[in-house]
Amino acid sequence: MSMAGSVPLVGKSQLRQLEQSRRSQRSAARKSSRVLNAVEAPPAPTRTPASTGAVKHPMTMTEKILARHSNNQKVAPGENIWTNVDKLMTHDVCGPPTFGIFQREFGMNAEVWDNEKIILIPDHYIFTEDPRANRNVDFLREMAHRYRIKYFYDIQNRADFHANPDYKGVCHVALAQEGHTKPGEVLFGTDSHTCNAGAFGQFATGIGNTDAGFIVGTGKLLIKVPPTMRFVLEGEMPPYLLAKDLILQIIGEISVAGGTYKAMEFTGSAISNMSMEERMTICNMVVEAGGKNGVCPPDQVTFDYVDQRSSEPYEPVLSDDNASYVEEYRFDVSKIEPLVAAPHSPDNRKTAHECSSTKIDRVYIGSCTGGKTEDFQRAAQLMHKAGGQVKVPTFLVPATQKVWADVYTLPVAGSCLGGPKDTFARLNEPQICVSTTNRNFPGRMGHKDGQVYLASPYTAAASALAGTVADPRNYL
Amino acid sequence: MGFCSLHSRPVVQSRPPAWCAGHQHVASKKLRRQVCQAASTGEAPPKSFKGKCFVVKHNIDTDQIIPAEYLTLVPSKKDEYEKLGSYAMIGLPMELYPTRFISEGQTKTEYPVVIAGDNFGCGSSREHAPVCMGAAGARVVVANSYARIFFRNCVATGELYPCETDENLWEGLTTGDEVEVDIEKDVLTQLSTGKTFPLKPLGEAKPVVDAGGIFQYARSQGMIKQAATA
Repeated sequence: MSMAGSVPLVGKSQLRQLEQSRRSQRSAARKSSRVLNAVEAPPAPTRTPASTGAVKHPMTMTEKILARHSNNQKVAPGENIWTNVDKLMTHDVCGPPTFGIFQREFGMNAEVWDNEKIILIPDHYIFTEDPRANRNVDFLREMAHRYRIKYFYDIQNRADFHANPDYKGVCHVALAQEGHTKPGEVLFGTDSHTCNAGAFGQFATGIGNTDAGFIVGTGKLLIKVPPTMRFVLEGEMPPYLLAKDLILQIIGEISVAGGTYKAMEFTGSAISNMSMEERMTICNMVVEAGGKNGVCPPDQVTFDYVDQRSSEPYEPVLSDDNASYVEEYRFDVSKIEPLVAAPHSPDNRKTAHECSSTKIDRVYIGSCTGGKTEDFQRAAQLMHKAGGQVKVPTFLVPATQKVWADVYTLPVAGSCLGGPKDTFARLNEPQICVSTTNRNFPGRMGHKDGQVYLASPYTAAASALAGTVADPRNYL
Repeated sequence: MGFCSLHSRPVVQSRPPAWCAGHQHVASKKLRRQVCQAASTGEAPPKSFKGKCFVVKHNIDTDQIIPAEYLTLVPSKKDEYEKLGSYAMIGLPMELYPTRFISEGQTKTEYPVVIAGDNFGCGSSREHAPVCMGAAGARVVVANSYARIFFRNCVATGELYPCETDENLWEGLTTGDEVEVDIEKDVLTQLSTGKTFPLKPLGEAKPVVDAGGIFQYARSQGMIKQAATA
């Protein structure tokens, strides 16, 4: 790993070309498109810097998005700005208190700022007998009806999850699959892994209920513009590596607080060659380094994914080539080995090989980080190739209904965060588990003395076959 | 019916001394009176907090502060707010923290001050974390650093003063030590030795916590109008 001066990856002309072709493409395709970020705000400058083609104030992607949403020509790290919000996502854990705060502060007769911009996804404690958890989902449904919230992905039949046509599964993956993650937009969510959506070049970050209650009433939030750290990931991905290995490498490098208050931008050929699901795996874990948001530059892969799922217009932005970064890290991905984060911290980086004497009790493949279709395909691919039987109980927990359609079991955020005692696959004994989830602090998956090794789907599958933490290279 | 400036909860003015339900947790009776008088008469908020401290190390994440199984409690409901408080810091591993933040059979903490290392409150964005600590009776955390969302949630809810310091107090102090945290002079004093340690100023976050959170602050500044209903 080396730190170098900032070297532009996207040339000025390239940037202009991309932005212009994007604009003309979209306006040609949809004549009736409306501008999204025109939420009540002071008069906007007649021509945005981007529309003039001249970059007077070089900015990173994150700065550019925040400038556009606060009607500023430019913003700089450390500046406090009121940003307009394109979307607010909340779920069954934080939704009820968010609406409780909204009603307390704005009054029972107040209306939400925009009923098409609030997305309610009950996904945390839904297939449980816990009466309070079920009451919370009922309250969320009441709120959805009271305020005529357009996007409410309801769960009504708890006994049979696929009898719920509106239910989508884990909020972060569902947001993407339902077309809510758009380049250039601002998304807040009452969940720390909201940063997942940065994979699409969206500014996306987690907030608490009070801030969310404020957004429900006003559509705005006061935030500090974060300085951007840049991670340039170059080189060819070896066949045994997955995005999870790269983000574990990065968190091991900068620690669980290395990105605190900062934006983390991921660029380079290894990123542009990745699918959207892999980019999401990287951005999902930004918060595990303390980061405010993660972003990948949007490209054709992004546009294809988004355009298949939504017809609403959006304006992608890229970092200017002379934007300034607070730090820059460069990695040659071809040199990285399959990694794990050993108990009890996501930055406790070790190679899978180093831990191969650690006997394990179970394997968990699932959650918003590691429960996407491709994650299961990778695990299945390794198991198919190895042709063996798993030696420890292996739990497959797809993130969403769509993923379930491929892999056949029960989608819920579930035991990646413990939850009620009857949560599927929750660690109720002090066991050792290899997991594709995102956190392994004490007690994260349930039992306080449980030990969790975070790993890629390949490493998790290899470990299931070995009965120990295992290097996937032994099986691929 | 007015609003308690520290907890955005209704205060019944006619019942002296008037304090909101949220203030029943404030550690000492004297402090409680002081806080609540301030709330009802518009006096200045408390300048310092005196009492026992509870010491933890680095990277205390939100699952250790309030494990996910308790998140079905909705903190904007008063009885569930209290209940949430009784579980504060229950996720700390027993072998590392044999002295518990909330003693067996109790619902409130005897430690108004929490001392921590780096990255306190990392992990999830759950606002239940600062809220449960506040509900249990903690008023101030003094850490080397905070996770971003936890810091923001402390300020937005007005539940805790999130003070920072460059001193490694988590090494120098022991759970149970009597301390005084002066948030005006930005200094922590260990009462048994008289030793003082500088804190970083809370800056613009302080008046927001003083007011009782972002909504109360915004109202006091005329940024938003009073709630339509109490």
